[in-house]
Amino acid sequence: MSKLIATAAIRGSHKLILNAEQMLEKALAEKGKDFVFEFPDTAFYLPMIYAMTGFAVKTLADMKVALGMAKEMLHPEPEEHIWKPYLGEALDSGMATLFAEEIILALKYINGLEPAVDLGTGYIYNGFITDTIQRNLGIQLVDGRMPGFAAIIGAAPDEDLAVKIVREIQEKNILTFLSGQSRDKNGNLTCVTKQLLNKKVELGWDTYIVPLGPDTEHTLYALDWSVRASLIFGGKKPGDFKTHLKYTKDRVFAFALVLGDLDDIKWSTGAGAINMGYPAVCDTEIPVIHPTGVCIYEEVDRELDHNKIVQRAIEVRGLKIIVEKPPIPVAYGPAFEGERIRKEDMFIEFGGQRSPAFEWARTRELDEIEDGKVIIVGTDVEERYKKGGLMPLGIVVDVAGRKMQKDFESIIERKLHHNINEAQGLWHMGQRDIVWMRINNQAFKDGITLEHLGVIHNTLTHNRFRSIVDKVQVTLYLDEKDILAVQEEARKAYKERDKRLAGMIDESVDTFYSCLLCQSFAPSHVCVISPERLGLCGAYNWLDTKAAFEIDPTGGNQPILKGEAIDSVKGRWTGVDEYLKKNSAGKVETLNLYTIIDNPMTSCGCFECIISIIPEANGVMLVQRGHTGMTPAGMKFSTLAGTVGGGTQNPGFMGIGVNFITSKKFLYADGGIKRIVWMTKSLKERIGEDFKKRAEEEGVPDILDKIADETVAEDSEKLLEYLTKAGHPALEMEPMF
Amino acid sequence: MDGKVIKTANKEAAQVLQWGESRGIETCFSRAEMLKPCPIGESGACCKVCHMGPCRLVGKNAEEDVRGICGAALPVVAARNLARMVDIIGIEFEGRPVNDVAKDVALKFMEDFSRQRGEINYIKRAPKKTQERWRKWGIIPRGIDREIAETLDRTTMGMDADADSILNHALKASLANGWGGSMISTDITDILFGTPGPVKAEASLGIFKEDEVNLVIHGHEPTLAEMIVDVVYEPEMIEYAKSKGAKGISLGGMCCTANEVMMRHGIPTAGGFTNQELGIMTGLIEAMVVDVQCIMPALAQLSKKFHTKVITTSEKVKIPGAMHIQFNEHKAKEIAREIVKLACDNFPNRKSEGSHVTEKFPVIAGFSHEYIEYMQGGRWRASFRPLNDAIMAGRIRGVVGMAGCDNPRVPSTGMHKYLAIELIKNDVLVVSTGCSSASCGTAGFLTPEMALEQAGPGLREVCEAIGIPPILHLGACVDNTRILTIATAMAAEGGLSDEIGGMPAVGIAPEFITEKAISIGCYFAASGVPVIFGGESPVGASKEVTKIMTKVWFERFMGALHFEPDPEKILAMALDYIDKAREALKLRKYEPGKFGAERVLMDMAARRELEKGSAVPHAGVGG
Repeated sequence: MSKLIATAAIRGSHKLILNAEQMLEKALAEKGKDFVFEFPDTAFYLPMIYAMTGFAVKTLADMKVALGMAKEMLHPEPEEHIWKPYLGEALDSGMATLFAEEIILALKYINGLEPAVDLGTGYIYNGFITDTIQRNLGIQLVDGRMPGFAAIIGAAPDEDLAVKIVREIQEKNILTFLSGQSRDKNGNLTCVTKQLLNKKVELGWDTYIVPLGPDTEHTLYALDWSVRASLIFGGKKPGDFKTHLKYTKDRVFAFALVLGDLDDIKWSTGAGAINMGYPAVCDTEIPVIHPTGVCIYEEVDRELDHNKIVQRAIEVRGLKIIVEKPPIPVAYGPAFEGERIRKEDMFIEFGGQRSPAFEWARTRELDEIEDGKVIIVGTDVEERYKKGGLMPLGIVVDVAGRKMQKDFESIIERKLHHNINEAQGLWHMGQRDIVWMRINNQAFKDGITLEHLGVIHNTLTHNRFRSIVDKVQVTLYLDEKDILAVQEEARKAYKERDKRLAGMIDESVDTFYSCLLCQSFAPSHVCVISPERLGLCGAYNWLDTKAAFEIDPTGGNQPILKGEAIDSVKGRWTGVDEYLKKNSAGKVETLNLYTIIDNPMTSCGCFECIISIIPEANGVMLVQRGHTGMTPAGMKFSTLAGTVGGGTQNPGFMGIGVNFITSKKFLYADGGIKRIVWMTKSLKERIGEDFKKRAEEEGVPDILDKIADETVAEDSEKLLEYLTKAGHPALEMEPMF
Repeated sequence: MDGKVIKTANKEAAQVLQWGESRGIETCFSRAEMLKPCPIGESGACCKVCHMGPCRLVGKNAEEDVRGICGAALPVVAARNLARMVDIIGIEFEGRPVNDVAKDVALKFMEDFSRQRGEINYIKRAPKKTQERWRKWGIIPRGIDREIAETLDRTTMGMDADADSILNHALKASLANGWGGSMISTDITDILFGTPGPVKAEASLGIFKEDEVNLVIHGHEPTLAEMIVDVVYEPEMIEYAKSKGAKGISLGGMCCTANEVMMRHGIPTAGGFTNQELGIMTGLIEAMVVDVQCIMPALAQLSKKFHTKVITTSEKVKIPGAMHIQFNEHKAKEIAREIVKLACDNFPNRKSEGSHVTEKFPVIAGFSHEYIEYMQGGRWRASFRPLNDAIMAGRIRGVVGMAGCDNPRVPSTGMHKYLAIELIKNDVLVVSTGCSSASCGTAGFLTPEMALEQAGPGLREVCEAIGIPPILHLGACVDNTRILTIATAMAAEGGLSDEIGGMPAVGIAPEFITEKAISIGCYFAASGVPVIFGGESPVGASKEVTKIMTKVWFERFMGALHFEPDPEKILAMALDYIDKAREALKLRKYEPGKFGAERVLMDMAARRELEKGSAVPHAGVGG
C-alpha cells in the first residue's frame, strides 16, 4: 500500500539530509562559509531551491540556510497501526530530498567529483545541465520534436531489454535521462548507461539519451532542468512555487521509468518529482498510487511487461505522441537525427565534394507526376550500391498540389535534410549542390536500399506538408552525366529563388505571420515574423510561417494583417498591435519591430542570440547562446538570458535569430549595424560574408574590424578604449535614448 | 439484551448503564423511557408565544381548518417554532486579543454581532454564486444580534403570518449563526489555540484511570479547557496529585469541549452528550468541569451518589447542587490550577462504587480544513484538486457531513454508527463533527484501518493514498463551518459545482436534539446543502412548512431540510441526492469499483491552448 511508499520516502529524506549535512560541515570546515559556488553555466543558482523558495544559494553559508529549510520539511515515519496521514508529509519529504540532493551535488562539484565518471569505461556523465542546453533545445520542446521527457532510473533486467526500452522511447521522440543503479537479472549492480554502452548505443544530447550520473541523486539534474523551463520560458518568478509546480505539471511532460528494485532514496526522489506532477512507472511488484490530482493521472503505477512499460508511462503522463514513420527497415525519429557515422561504420557515402550530388525540390503540375513513385535512373545501380563506398547522387523531389506555391519549394527542400537524418543509420549534411550523405553498415544490413531514400522523402514530404502537397514523386539520378545535367537546371532554380527572396522586404507584403509555437512553454510570448525579421529561435522565417499556415490554418503560425503603419521607422503597425493584445494573454500592448529601445519584441527564451545595450559605448553588443565568457554588459549570456525571456518586453535587451543581424531592418530605427560595438568572435565568423555585404551597403565597409570581441574586451572600460582607438562610428552617433 | 429496549448502541455505555439500572440510578435514558414526548409539541403544532394560549392546532385537516386564538394557522405556528429554534446561535467565541492586530480583528468581528445594516464579514468567503442566491432572496444577515432580535419580534403574536416569510427570515438568522457566530468562533479559536493538525487520541468511557486523578472537561467552549490543558501537566500539579495518593492526573473530555481539546492536543474523549451521566457512574471522575451548552442539569444530583464534583464555570450556566467557580479570562491559569487542585483534593474521596470500563478505541482526529488541504499535496501542492478529482472519477461518490447530537430516544449513537458504516461502504467520504465524531470515535471508527476494512473500493484507494480514515473528525459542532469552508474551496478548485449548492454532498444529523442543531441544519440548507435530520419532524404537523423547507428551499438555494426517523431511508435519500447531483454535474455515473480518468492526451497544440482555458487537464478528469 502507499504507506510503504510514504514511509520509504520519509526515511529517504532523513538519510539524505543527514548526508548533506555531514558533507556540508566538512566543506565548511575546509573552505569556510564564504566559499562561493555556482553550477556550470546557469543564472539560477541552485535551481530547485531558487525556484521553490526564491533564495539564491551563492555560498556554503547559504547552503546551510537552504538545508535548514529542507529540515523543516522532515516528518516522522507513519506508525505501523493507527497511522496519521502521510501523503502531504511524504511529498514534503520528497521536496526536502530534492533540496538535499541539490546541495550534495553542489558539494560534489566543489570537491571535483562531478560530472561523475564511470570507472570501468571512463565514460563521463553529463552532470549538471546548463542553461545553454536548455535554450538550445527550446524550439524542439515546442514544435513537437521533443514532446516528452523520461527519466530512467536503475537498470533493465538485461542489456537487450535496456536497448529495447530506450529505442522505443527514442522512436517516440522522447528525451531520456539516465541515472541510478539497480540489480540486473543476474544480480549484478549496474545501470542503463552501462548497459547501453556495452551495446554500443550512441549516447548524448544528439541522440536524445543523456546519462546524468550513476546515482539516484543525479536524477535531480533532470528535475533542475525542468524547473528552469518555468523560470526561463514561463517567466515565473523565483519563490512563486505554486506557479512553478503548476507549470511543470501542466507543461513539462516528464515521467520516471524505474527499473529494478526501489530503495528509500529512489522513493524519496520520486516523491520530490511527484510534487512537480511527474509520475513514476516501475517494472517491479510495488504498491501503486492511482488517485489523481497531485499528478494529472496516476502518481505511481507498475507495469511488469517491458513490452508495454513505455506505452503505459506515456499514458500515465497524459502524453499524446504522433509518430510518422516511413516504411523503412530502420528506426525513425528526431532522436536519431544527431547520430554520427564515422568512417569505419560507414557503408556508403554520396556527395560531400567527393562525388557529384545535389537535391532539389521542384513544383510540377498534378498530371505530370505519379504520387508515391520512386524513379531510379542509372546503370547497374543495385550492384554499385551493394559494393558500398562512394556513389554520385542527384535527388529531385517533384511536388504538385492545388495549394502549392513556388515559394514553398525552398521550405520543402530544407526539410530533405531532416527527412534523411532522422532515419537510424542514415546521415545527411549540407543542402542543394553541397549535400553529403552516409549510410552505415548496420542500416545496410537491416535492408536499407537506394529506393528507401525516395520512400523517406515521399512519406515525409506528405506528412510535413500534407495540406499543400497532393502528390510527391522522387527521382534518384545515379549516373554522373545525368546528375551534372539536372544539376545545371537545379542551380538555375536556386539562383532564381535567391533573387526572389532578396527582393522580399517588409514593405512588399501586407501580411506578417505570428509564431505561437512557444506558447506551450511561454504562454504570453508572440513572435512577429516579417520577411526581414526571422523568428528569434532562428528556425522560422516568413516563408516558413506562411507555408505552415497553409499547412495548418489553426496551427501555431497565424497571419497578421499589418494594417496602417503607425511608425514606419520603428516598425509599428495597427494590425500588429491589435493581434498582440489578443494573443499575448494581455501582456503586450504594442510592438516596434525595428528598435530595441521602445517596446521591443518579447522573447520566449530560446533566442539564438541576445542584443544588449551598452550605454557608455552608445551602442549594442551581441552574444550568442553557448558563449560562456563574460561580456561588456557585465553579465554572462546565461544571466542576460534570465532577464530577457518569459514573454516580457525589456527595452535595451532583446533575443533575436542570428540571421536578423544582417537584415536591413536590424535596429533600423536605432542606427542599424553601426550600433554594434561588440560581438563574439564566433558570431563574427558565422555571419562574416553577409555582414561584409551589409557593411558595404551601409557605407562602413571596415566596421567588422572596429567591432570589439572577447579577445580585446570583456568589460566596458576595455571596450571603450578599443572603440576609441578603432574610431567606431557609434561613438559619434546620436545618443540611443 | 434479553428483549429489553436497546438504549445505546455503544457497548461500553451499555455496560455502565446496565450497572446503573441495576442500582436504580436515573439517567437520561430512563427519563426518556418514562417521559414520552408531547405529540403536539413534537410536531410543531403547539403555540405558546402569547398568553391567549397555549394553542394546540390538531385534528383532522388541521393545516386547513384549525387556527390559534389569534387566527394563526398551523403553517405559521410551525414556522414560528422552527424560526425560534434557529435563533439559538452557537456563539462560543469569548476570545481575548493577544496583541493590537488581534484586537482589531476581534473588534471587527464583534461589530458583526451588533451591526444594524450592511452585511456580516464572512459572507464574502462564500462562493460568488452562493452569495448571489442569498442576495436574490434577501437572506444575507446584517448583523448577528439584529437578526435574532428580529426573529423574536417577527414570530410573536400579531406579527408575520406568512410561513414562507417567517422561514425565509429563519434562514437569514441561521446564516448569521453559520457564516457569522460559528465561523468566527472556529477561526478565532484556531488563532488563539492553534489550527488543528492530525493527532492520535482515544475515545471511550474507559479512558479514566484507576490510579490517577480523573478530571473531565465538558461543554462547548475551549477557553478554560485550554488553560486546564496548559497547567495540568505542570510538575507542581503532578506533585500535588501524588501528595493526594494518585499516580498522576488524567485529563479527559466530554461532548464538544472534548472535541476542541482532542483536535488540538489529543486529549481523550469519554464520549458525547449521552455519556455525561455515564461518565460519573464509572465512579472514577474526581471533578467534571462544565462550561456551556448541553450540560444536563441532572449531573448535580447524580454526582451526589458518587464522589464526583460537578463544577460550573460560566455565568450563563449555573446548576443548583453544583459547585460554581466563575471563570475569568484575566486570571485564567490561576483558576485552572485551582480546579485541578480541587480535583486532586477529591481523589482520596473516591469510593469503590462505579462501573469500570476498560476498553478504549484509538482515534485519529485533527482534520481542520487547512490540514485537509495540506494532506492532499503537502505544503508545496496543497489543494482540493485530488478530492475533486476523486469525486469526478467516481472513486468518491460524494461527501456527507455527519453532525449533531446523540439521542437517548433512539439506541444512542446507533444511527451514527449505522450511517457511517453504510456511507463509507458506498464510497461516500464522511466528515464528522460534534457528537457524531464522539459516536464514531467511541465505536472505533475513526482509524485509518477502517478504510481498509469497511470502505468501498474507490474511497479505500483515496484513503490509502493519503493515509486517512474514511471518516474525518473535523472538530466540535461549531466547526461545522469548516465543512462550509471546504465546500467553498471545492467550488473554487473547479470541476464540480461552482457554488456550494449542486455539490454531491449531503448533511446528516441522525440523532438531533438541540435547537442549535436545527439552526445548523438551516444554514447548511441555505448554503446549498440538502440536510437530513433523523427523527420526527418538529414541524411535521404542517405540510406547507414541510414543503417550503424541502422543495421550495431546494429550488431557491439547492439545499433542503428533511426529517426522517428511518435510518435506511436516510441513507437512501442521501445517496439519491448525491447521485442526482453527480448526474446534474455530468460526472461519470457512480459504479462501485469502476472509476478512473478518461485521459485527455495532450499534443503540442493542446498545450498552447492551456492558457486560454479550452483544454485544462488539471481541472479534473471527468468524463
